[in-house]
Amino acid sequence: MSGLAFLIPIALGMGLLGLAGFFWAMRKGQFDDLDGAAQRILIDDEEEGESE
Amino acid sequence: MNAPVPLDTLEGARLEDSRFTVPGMRCAGCIAKIERGLAGLEGVESARVNFSSKRVAVRHEASLGEEDLVRAIAGIGFEAQAVADNPMGKDEKETKALLRSLAVAGFGMMNIMLLSVSVWSGAGGVTRDLFHWLSALIAIPVVAYAGRPFFASAIMALRHRRTNMDVPISIGVLLAVALSIYETATGGEHAYFDGAVMLLFFLLAGRALDATMRDKTRAGIGALLSRMGKSATVVDENGSSRMVAAEKLEPGMLMLVAAGEALAADGVIEQGASTLDNSMLTGESVPQPVAAGESVYAGAVNLGNPIRVRVSAAASDTVLAEIARLMDEAGQSRSSYVRIADRASRLYAPAVHSLALLAFIGWMVAGAGWHQSLVIAIAVLIITCPCAMGLAVPAAQVVASGALAKRGLLVKDGSALERLAEVDMALFDKTGTLTVGEPVPQIDHLSPHEARVALALAQSSRHPLSKGIAKALGQRDIVPAAIDDLREEGGRGVSGSIDGVRVALERSETETATLSTALRIGDAIVAIPFSDPLRSDVREVIGSLRDQGIESRIVSGDRASSVEAVGREFDIAWDAHLLPDDKLALLDRLKADGHRPLMIGDGINDGPALAAAHASIAPGSASDVSQQAADAVFLGKALMPVSLAVNVSRQTMRIVRQNFAFAILYNVFALPIALAGLVTPLIAAVAMSLSSLVVVGNSLRLARAAR
Repeated sequence: MSGLAFLIPIALGMGLLGLAGFFWAMRKGQFDDLDGAAQRILIDDEEEGESE
Repeated sequence: MNAPVPLDTLEGARLEDSRFTVPGMRCAGCIAKIERGLAGLEGVESARVNFSSKRVAVRHEASLGEEDLVRAIAGIGFEAQAVADNPMGKDEKETKALLRSLAVAGFGMMNIMLLSVSVWSGAGGVTRDLFHWLSALIAIPVVAYAGRPFFASAIMALRHRRTNMDVPISIGVLLAVALSIYETATGGEHAYFDGAVMLLFFLLAGRALDATMRDKTRAGIGALLSRMGKSATVVDENGSSRMVAAEKLEPGMLMLVAAGEALAADGVIEQGASTLDNSMLTGESVPQPVAAGESVYAGAVNLGNPIRVRVSAAASDTVLAEIARLMDEAGQSRSSYVRIADRASRLYAPAVHSLALLAFIGWMVAGAGWHQSLVIAIAVLIITCPCAMGLAVPAAQVVASGALAKRGLLVKDGSALERLAEVDMALFDKTGTLTVGEPVPQIDHLSPHEARVALALAQSSRHPLSKGIAKALGQRDIVPAAIDDLREEGGRGVSGSIDGVRVALERSETETATLSTALRIGDAIVAIPFSDPLRSDVREVIGSLRDQGIESRIVSGDRASSVEAVGREFDIAWDAHLLPDDKLALLDRLKADGHRPLMIGDGINDGPALAAAHASIAPGSASDVSQQAADAVFLGKALMPVSLAVNVSRQTMRIVRQNFAFAILYNVFALPIALAGLVTPLIAAVAMSLSSLVVVGNSLRLARAAR
């Protein structure tokens, strides 16, 4: 029984963390350009090795 | 946006954001090219491409105007157009709010389920009470947050003394939560938090699907829009020129219209002679020669020399604006169309309410006591709550529109898909719809040398005809000849020399019925005629529509002779010389006869007809107005997406009906159990998820529909 005292808060905390992560990602515009993200991986880095 | 910069402002002190649509980007290379090209420009701090909406956002110094940036993007090789501040911002906000609610409901559902499972598997006494209290602690804020879309809509409906799907949902959820809190507080056996939150989750999933589908296609169509001139170069008294937005033009102003530009207002030519492409207005495909003193109308594209036009009517007084007004009126009838989900809920919501009420009264009469009667009434509300119904329509429509988008057809929303499925005849415009809509040069008769010279000349010009030649020749792997002394003279053509021989691409000396240009090499002249060819698959499309029981017909503003030729070729009925009003009248007549016409057209002259028809489709090359009026837009050179659209939308409606049938069947089984008072939270949860999964699974079959 005493295990529940730890396990339930941990389960809830992890769920909340995931939820907070999703909210953060949405506010930062991570889902604004899904097709673009898929394409960008194909772009070669600049010759000078300069990345954005 | 382009506020004048005071001279004493420090360089780089002020930064501005501008957005441009760049419809031409198609690959990763384009993203890199645009971003790096712009970032390398002086005065640009950063450039970020949004590939999904085909836009680029540029952060730049205020001294750099939008026109400069458009020119810079053109230099990189892409056509761009400045756009106003995020016009789709409102829709996006709504979708984001739905997604947030969905995430919160998902979080709540998982955690409450976790606790519920242990209660179902036999936890008792203190543990059960503790778990119920924890569930309540999670469920109350979750329902308050995630339920807002439903509560708001239900309150709105009740305020107008109507009922919709959201009313039983809201009542069910709120009653279930209230009862569960009471049960928890009194140490009862069952709490329905899991059912209430799960219901919200599934329903939100349906809403979110619906909204993302709408946003996605709107972004796709938005990228195509606003390619037409929305501004004009105005020449002042003192000879200086400036850009003026179309709505700021006033009668009496003098516009300078360069080759390739669209007129932004009606007016009279003051100076210069040219040919105008009036096809947007009249549907007439042959360019019209115009000279000083003649009237010209907004929307016409100048193909020849630069002309000076004295504005006679601007903004809302133009012929174009008159058509837009007609379109508005024609669109009224469509707004009264009731979507299938709403039609279902009109029957469904009252039935559910009265059943729940009857259950309560019945058990009260039977002497069950108010507590048990209330529990049963709520169980009836929850179990009949249309989880499957809420998903039945959006799931099918999202899958179908995704499948169609892959084949080049963007459907604007679910209502469009429903109306497309109901059409029983198709009306085609000719120019730009059955035909490709851009002049294609006939180059088969050119010798290899002539072809190389023509390509070299055409490449150096931005005239629409030159672009057509360059494109056609470029596809044949021809290497352009090396030309010295290249020069372009407005209205005269491009010229240059090869080894001292004068070569030129110039206007035809002889007046012909069709558009043509002349290639001169020394003294020899070869004519390059242009034609507007029919799309290659017109016959298949008309045949396939006929197989689906839809007769086609041509309604065109073009000359009778050319329309008749096309009508004869495909053996379909035709009408020529139709004005926008005539097309509208024809549609009204057809609708009065009980037909449900599908209109396919591209010109501004088709706009009112597109808005009035039961459903409508426009090609991606169509005018802005037409694309906005149409229910769907198809991309590319093929016409096939049109018949595909009808086919897939009919399949979609079949699946939607199956989904409804399933939801009703499920209710037939679940309702007696609920009425008998045998529904525990476990049964409600299992039944709800099972029915939703079946409906979603059935809808996924549509992914293969468009193949």
